[in-house]
Amino acid sequence: MSQPPASLDQVLERPETEVLVRARGLTKKFGGFTAVDGIDFDLYRGEAFGFLGPNGAGKSSTMRMIGCVSPPTSGELSILGRDPVRDGSAIRARLGVVPQEDTLDVELTVRENLLVYGRYFGLPRRVIRERTAALLEFVQLADRAGDKVDPLSGGLKRRLTIARSLINEPEILILDEPTTGLDPQARHVVWDRLFRLKQRGVTLILTTHYMDEAEQLCDRLVVMDHGRFAAAGSPRDLIARYCSPEVLELRFDPALHDTAADKLKDFSAERIEVLADRILLYVPDGDAALTAVRASGLEPLTSLVRRGTLEDVFLRLTGRRLED
Amino acid sequence: MAAASLALPSGTRPWSLSVRAFRCWLTVYRRIWRSSIWSSVLGPVCYMGALGFGLGTLVDRHSTASLGGVSYLAFVAPAILASGAMNTAMGEASYPVFGSIKWNRIYIGAQASPLRPADIFRGHLLFMVMRLAMNCAFVVLVMWAFGAVRSAWVVLAYPAAVLTGLAFAAPVAAWAVTVKVETSFTYVFRFGLMPLMLFSGTFFPLSQLPAGLRALAYVTPLWHGVALCRAFSLGTAASDPVGMLGHVAYLAALAAAGIWAGARTYRRRLYV
Repeated sequence: MSQPPASLDQVLERPETEVLVRARGLTKKFGGFTAVDGIDFDLYRGEAFGFLGPNGAGKSSTMRMIGCVSPPTSGELSILGRDPVRDGSAIRARLGVVPQEDTLDVELTVRENLLVYGRYFGLPRRVIRERTAALLEFVQLADRAGDKVDPLSGGLKRRLTIARSLINEPEILILDEPTTGLDPQARHVVWDRLFRLKQRGVTLILTTHYMDEAEQLCDRLVVMDHGRFAAAGSPRDLIARYCSPEVLELRFDPALHDTAADKLKDFSAERIEVLADRILLYVPDGDAALTAVRASGLEPLTSLVRRGTLEDVFLRLTGRRLED
Repeated sequence: MAAASLALPSGTRPWSLSVRAFRCWLTVYRRIWRSSIWSSVLGPVCYMGALGFGLGTLVDRHSTASLGGVSYLAFVAPAILASGAMNTAMGEASYPVFGSIKWNRIYIGAQASPLRPADIFRGHLLFMVMRLAMNCAFVVLVMWAFGAVRSAWVVLAYPAAVLTGLAFAAPVAAWAVTVKVETSFTYVFRFGLMPLMLFSGTFFPLSQLPAGLRALAYVTPLWHGVALCRAFSLGTAASDPVGMLGHVAYLAALAAAGIWAGARTYRRRLYV
């Protein structure tokens, strides 16, 4: 095991466990476009590791390379100690993949989907039957086992995809935007199940562009932008490092937005971010800052004091918002 | 390529991975086999009824010397067998392959398992061969029921028809996986399949065509399939063993080229 990259280790104590995925200078190009631009990371057994970033940041390309379905253009990548290009089939036998878009067979029943998938892994019927019962119980779909997939809601399909990805009892579960497109309640169910998997020792690798998802699930994460890591650390570390404790969000009459922004720049905020519709002041104490703003004669239409989040970290690091 | 085959999960034989992919198609097929059987039987019955009896009555009133002295029904039936195999192959190797990436995404799901692109291809191809074997068996039975069979050699017309189908299925699937827009298939069906169906010695002997067109027909795979099936069905194969071997070799070469190419095109398409 060689030294993990400095960017990760500066802020983190390196867990004394086995490295499952190791990348050095990992690069993926599509023609002239560089999707992943020489990234370095180590993923350890049992952790939940997140790739956070906007669409097009290189998250999915990284996931596909780890999933052994996309050969790296250059750099080193080893998964479970093996080479994904040469040993892809053997590695994939030990991975579970929840792709961004469901690939369920909607013509088949819930149970048949697990049967087909279990067969891909060469599992005997009896084993598939036993695991199917347990997995459908786990994702709370046991009562729908005989139903066709087509009419199931997005949240149920996602849970079925997760159950299917676990049929081979994978050591690493790769989730590409596991809750994109789900309603808040369905997302919480998925998070709860993923958390339980992590408790059972399954290593989770996930991409997301939801900061709350990253905060809920990830032990460590990297913020990705333009194929590179803009920052790395635990959610709490990143917020502490790149964001003030509190954020004051102000919204002014659009006619006054620009003049207010100019005036606020003289304020003693740690940082000010002028968005199209709002102005964000990064301050140690939000209420005190709001009082000061009002005292200076500015009257916002609405105001909100909140804690700093990963969204703010991302804005600070990239100048862009996550869900753009 | 050699390196890739070393990399299987322990205790796995390369062919077993293709069989796993094949079994997935069987599970899917179990849902739709009834409707597919109907079209498999009705198609040849309609063709043989309309051409064999309808058109055949007209043709048989004049001399059938250019048909080799047999009834039009006996002449056209093995061609319906061979072209039916071609149609089954095209149907199974075009939209279903395209749809396995774009619509139901069966390939994308399978890709995350130990199956490699070549396994996914071969497994699907095995299923296509199974469909060919089923449909061709129906047509041979219908031929027999219509009294269109002239020789016991017809048992060899059956594998010959399946081989004809495979000579289309393998290269077409290898190409279909690379297709980005489905309208490409419309062109192939309209400008590829139609002329092949009409000008491969199916409905009339090639001797009726001008020399230039005839030469063109000789290089089309369907002509070889038709010639082979007809020779077995009429019992004339023994008089031209070299010609028969030539047809088999041509079709086998096409199938082999398709199988070789498919492993590569699937890999290129799925491992982006």
